[in-house]
Amino acid sequence: MRVSLSSTFELDNGPGGSVSVHAETIADIMVSLTERYPNFEQLLDRGVAVSINGQIYRDDWTQPIPADAEVFLIPRIEGG
Amino acid sequence: MGHDQKYIDKKNYEVVGTRFNRPDGIDKVTGKARYGADASAPGQLVGRVLRSPHAHASIVKINVSKAEKLPGVKAIITSADLPDLTGQDQGLADILENCMARGRALYDGHAVAAVAAVDEQTAAKALKLIDVKYKKLPHVTDVDAAMCESAPVIHDRIITRGIEPKPTKPSNIAARTQMGHGDVEAGFAEADVVIEKSYKTEQTHQGYIEPHACLASVNPDGTAELWVTTQGHFVFRNVCASLLGLDIAKLKVTSSEIGGGFGGKTHVWVEPVALALSRKANRPVKLVMGRDEVFRATGPTSSTSIDVKMGAKKDGTITAAVAEMRYQGGAFPGNWAMLGCMTAFACYDIKNNESIGWDVVVNRPKVAAYRAPSAPMAAFAVESTIDELAKEIGMAPIDMRLKNVAREGTLAPYGPTYGPIGIEHTLKAVKDHPHMRAKLKKNQGRGVACGFWFNIGGQTCTDLNIGVDGTVNLTLGTVDVGGSRSSMAMIAAEELGIPYEQVRANIADTTSLGHNDMTEGSRGTFSSGMATVFAARDAIGVLKQRAAKMWGITEEDVIWENGQAIATGDSHGNLPPLSLKEIAAKAGRTGGPIAGHNEVVADGAGMGFASHICDVEVDPETGRSTIIRYTVVQDAGKAINPDYVEGQFQGGATQGIGWALNEEYIYGDDGCLQNPGFLDYRIPVCSDLPFIDTQILEVPNPLHPYGIRGVGETSIVPPLAAVGNAIANATGVRMSHAPMSPPRVLAAIDTLEHAS
Repeated sequence: MRVSLSSTFELDNGPGGSVSVHAETIADIMVSLTERYPNFEQLLDRGVAVSINGQIYRDDWTQPIPADAEVFLIPRIEGG
Repeated sequence: MGHDQKYIDKKNYEVVGTRFNRPDGIDKVTGKARYGADASAPGQLVGRVLRSPHAHASIVKINVSKAEKLPGVKAIITSADLPDLTGQDQGLADILENCMARGRALYDGHAVAAVAAVDEQTAAKALKLIDVKYKKLPHVTDVDAAMCESAPVIHDRIITRGIEPKPTKPSNIAARTQMGHGDVEAGFAEADVVIEKSYKTEQTHQGYIEPHACLASVNPDGTAELWVTTQGHFVFRNVCASLLGLDIAKLKVTSSEIGGGFGGKTHVWVEPVALALSRKANRPVKLVMGRDEVFRATGPTSSTSIDVKMGAKKDGTITAAVAEMRYQGGAFPGNWAMLGCMTAFACYDIKNNESIGWDVVVNRPKVAAYRAPSAPMAAFAVESTIDELAKEIGMAPIDMRLKNVAREGTLAPYGPTYGPIGIEHTLKAVKDHPHMRAKLKKNQGRGVACGFWFNIGGQTCTDLNIGVDGTVNLTLGTVDVGGSRSSMAMIAAEELGIPYEQVRANIADTTSLGHNDMTEGSRGTFSSGMATVFAARDAIGVLKQRAAKMWGITEEDVIWENGQAIATGDSHGNLPPLSLKEIAAKAGRTGGPIAGHNEVVADGAGMGFASHICDVEVDPETGRSTIIRYTVVQDAGKAINPDYVEGQFQGGATQGIGWALNEEYIYGDDGCLQNPGFLDYRIPVCSDLPFIDTQILEVPNPLHPYGIRGVGETSIVPPLAAVGNAIANATGVRMSHAPMSPPRVLAAIDTLEHAS
């Protein structure tokens, strides 16, 4: 599946963009990107949430990802 | 967590959706409720903090010898008593440095030392005997000035993130953020009208009535207790344990009743200091901030400077929008401008949009979240500009918003495509609202504005224990900041099929329940509501097992309906139902206590959208603006207790109106705060405002079993712009600087009159 990145994130090719990942859950995405990109761990430390078909998941990495879903990595936000 | 269709289809809830008095209400109105300052312990000392009188200064030397010799002084600490145990965690290191200056005071009010003494007078005297030698450094408190090359650089370690090529020199710009989509230049070329304006918003404080307060007690064996007013005692426990080198399990944190937080009590400020004082004195230490300390040293929101450019066709279609936003985060880096970028255009479907954010540090206190952090300032700029666009093309502002409204399938400015969202519902409700047809008098104007906030979920843990008399204790870990104990009791009662009065909800201390994230991001009712549903269903499973044992039948032949177990099947048809009370009474003989439990990562918080209507009357001689009528329309998903939902709507609107009209931090040329008190920093009181009308919309969140969306924050987003738009319609002047205080409005009216 294609995983798009918010323009606030950079892997190795400038801000934003997308990468191809084989994943069934959010955890699969995180593991795959951590293995492929040395600086992804730093992004995780800053906070990464995952939007699946427009629904934002901040914490539950067990969340399954439907086939053909729109997957977007965005900043993990907090609130007041 | 998938959506449970049975609850969406259910039209008649027994308990949910009704209105009950809050269980903590009587204690609060009679003065029995115990807040942060209401705890005491044998032998407790009084803690006081010495704060920097300078905006920026090197701390050359701190001499505490005279203070230490004062009879009654039991401990004095400086940063030397809080060694840096944060490793490579810069965020934690910033928290530590904010709690106690380390070599430099970074803002007026920054803590430099603290005292524990036998009484208030001795502690105050000791503070005066501490000799601090400062070397004043150049300071900067304005966000735009801090970005200039000539500005004094506050942190040598800050190299701007998000710029290519990476800068080689440090500056006060912590990060640049850019997001959006489409081709804005092509979009502006399509436009018939383009409006470009600059806006400023001043720094405001959450203004909670209860100052920060705690009672800390550290023992020589490494165990410790902390009683504290907080939005999240589990998070406070973890942060304090990390900063002080304590074991998490040995630090017991109990949350007091809370007299308001709104984001300001998501951070530790004095709690690690109180613990360090107690550790050094080997006695409990109570530390209560004064109001001036709250203003000078605890997290206000950012002040901002924002440029917006928007273009539209004559039919009202917005073809392009650009915003460049500068947010200051106080003396430590934050991501406040990034949040501005994510929210600025979130209510609209704009084909070509671009947001650029600059996160900047200045010599002011560390910024904290304030209800939908960063969104109100961005909305002030964008919603004001939309009204200017509508005026220019001769279209009603409400129609222009509806024409461009975001819907399911719209590309959000922060990247993904929206699922089901409720902004269009709120705008249509506003258009149909009688408020929009009410007649206005001379010097009165009406404004409409929209707002968005994400809402969040998070880690949550809940216990439900059934007593032998059939009453139920619901044990929660999310601090009750807005009536959630009552709402959770209602959900438990709904699930179990028993009266609300049969359930008592309590907030557990950190040793009695698993970790719960902070009550922030409008997550309390969403997250604990989800955990309560599942804990109750867990308990129902046990109740069915026990009923089966009492009857001597299999569990599969038992169902739970209306608060009782019912035996099903032809062979059990003559068995009378067993109520929860009857089953509970026999618990000791059927297997022991009956309980339910749940721990969950409550993801899937539904986004919050709101639209507000504001009528204002402006006195042309004084510039004073009076709110005549105000209406909040917001999507709640499902209102568990409508009273509390309305209260959140009204509270957020009130705080936003204060921000719009009066509230601001005023710094002198010396970089010191000039108005650290409620006399000079004026928040709205009841007599300032009309009753704020509310309309709750219920567009269910498909990822919550009851359809709940958070409601605590979004209502603070639209008021700045709604008030500004109303003033513009009342006076003909567009206010671009909030607060729109009488002197600013009067000056704008005078300028307009002179120009004409």
